[in-house]
Amino acid sequence: MSDERMKQVSTLRRIMIRPELGAISGTILVFVFFLMIAGDSGMFAPQGIQNWSVVSAQFAIIAVGACLLMIAGEFDLSVGSMIGFAGILIAILSVQWGWPTWISILVAFAICVSIGALNGFLVIKTGLPSFIVTLAFLYILRGLTIWLSILTTQKTVIGGVRKAAEGDWLAPVFGGKILTGLFQWMGDHGWIETFSRGTRAGQPVVEGIPMLIIWALGLIIFGQWLLTRTRFGNWIFASGGDAQAASYVGVPVNRVKILMFMFTAFCACVFATSQVMEFGSAAADRGLLKEFEAIISVVIGGALLTGGYGSVVGAALGALIFGVVQQGLFFSGAESSLFRVFLGTILILAVILNTYIRRIITGER
Amino acid sequence: MTQPIIEMKDIEKHFGPVIALGGVSFDVCPGEVHCLLGDNGAGKSTFIKTMSGVHKPTSGTILFEGREMHFDSPRDAMAAGIATVYQDLAMIPLMSVTRNFWMGNEPVRKIGPFRMMDFARANRVTMEEMAKMGINLREPNQAVGTLSGGERQTVAIARAVYFGAKVLILDEPTSALGVRQTSNVLATIDKVRKGGIAVVFITHNVRHALAVGDRFTVLNRGKTLGTARRGEITPEELQDLMAGGQELAQLESSLGGTV
Repeated sequence: MSDERMKQVSTLRRIMIRPELGAISGTILVFVFFLMIAGDSGMFAPQGIQNWSVVSAQFAIIAVGACLLMIAGEFDLSVGSMIGFAGILIAILSVQWGWPTWISILVAFAICVSIGALNGFLVIKTGLPSFIVTLAFLYILRGLTIWLSILTTQKTVIGGVRKAAEGDWLAPVFGGKILTGLFQWMGDHGWIETFSRGTRAGQPVVEGIPMLIIWALGLIIFGQWLLTRTRFGNWIFASGGDAQAASYVGVPVNRVKILMFMFTAFCACVFATSQVMEFGSAAADRGLLKEFEAIISVVIGGALLTGGYGSVVGAALGALIFGVVQQGLFFSGAESSLFRVFLGTILILAVILNTYIRRIITGER
Repeated sequence: MTQPIIEMKDIEKHFGPVIALGGVSFDVCPGEVHCLLGDNGAGKSTFIKTMSGVHKPTSGTILFEGREMHFDSPRDAMAAGIATVYQDLAMIPLMSVTRNFWMGNEPVRKIGPFRMMDFARANRVTMEEMAKMGINLREPNQAVGTLSGGERQTVAIARAVYFGAKVLILDEPTSALGVRQTSNVLATIDKVRKGGIAVVFITHNVRHALAVGDRFTVLNRGKTLGTARRGEITPEELQDLMAGGQELAQLESSLGGTV
């Protein structure tokens, strides 16, 4: 039954036709654009690169979770509220209650991942769309965050986290920097910019690679590996592609979905912890709208909103596009409203291209 | 006649007040195609879902290889060797042929502490098994959505056979297909039977049933109207049995169930 109507596939086409093509094109477009209009503004100097790569890494951390969950066929709209909740939790435990920071962080992770599991459990047991269930948690968690913060400190911003975390072993894993020796060495050789005056004279402006970026890279590699190389990855695709067909052949769909909700919550907590450790404070309004930014990154990255199709690398590139465009605003000094137009245009173009490619790959009509 | 591999005796299934199956008996032997015919709503789907572990029967016994079995989930039934190919749920179009073929049975290779899916083996076996069924794939990672309806059914059948199905239940595999694709699927069913597998072929098309069936059971309103062997029944009789049963049922209900 070989089909003579099936055209031979050229190598070029095979390289081109991949789920991430939209995101790859978008990334190239964005970089070319900013190199042209903001190339001499310091955006591509070490400090500028650190600036937008940290922002992109933040997006990427939550995008990886959102991506795997979306491919498994579900949404989590409570990610943003979860970020605020986790941050306040860490601050209350470590600053107000005086617990060691590492215990505070671990407790926050345990609570967030449990809430993720509860989200998943409710979606599975009630059969309601995850959109609704997690929308409820968007409000519940945000409300709890503000209430807890006011209850314990009469404020919605809790500072002093950095001081409390001094000497802690776990805090630097989220808020620290690595390769500081290498950067100092590069600074000493005059390869990168160093401070010329003040108390930090001689130290490089960019001290090292923030752990946030390491977390982002780690999660991207883990997510991509899990999705494309493992048995569990196949279950993620199957659960989102057709949950019933998958469960008929023995895929533990419910377990897969609940685990993905937990993973999304884990990613939100990584984001929150890194942010709290970096700023040295937690605020009840942190993470606002992050759930949508994560979902937009994932969709730019080529994932299908209805599940069963997508790419972690694509989502990471979507996050990169988002970060570069957002920070590019400041560097280019141009009218910021125009950049929203730019971002919207990229979103539309990437999604149109993604839809076209997906139809070619999957034979959808 | 050989020993039936699976025997369903007086199966009843109630959904609340609705009696979906009112005592259906059915069996199938290795290397035999047993067609289950009936119109929409006759209880065919409920019956095969009972056989494949999706539903638990309200009463009645299931004998598998002579022993009484209770399937708690489709996974149990599959482990015993009962595979079901559902008409529209057979395949996930967004996923590649290989990913679909191995779904739920992925081969795993260990590299150090990491357990990965063994794609090299999975792709090779998929290509081989598909070739056996007469389908030459362009590449194993092409999406199932690019295949025709008949080819999708064939992938699902090949998958069931490869994973050691002793009983293969086909839920209306030909109902949405064109003429050419239908003959391909029927030819595949014949290949499977020759391999000594018991096939339960659900259809409401008498011609498709007669093309490959060894025995024919007609189901109507949750009850069997009888079983006939190949050669004992003409297409017209079989058609009448399906349609006549329907008439009888209508008559019965119009008389208030007193007949």
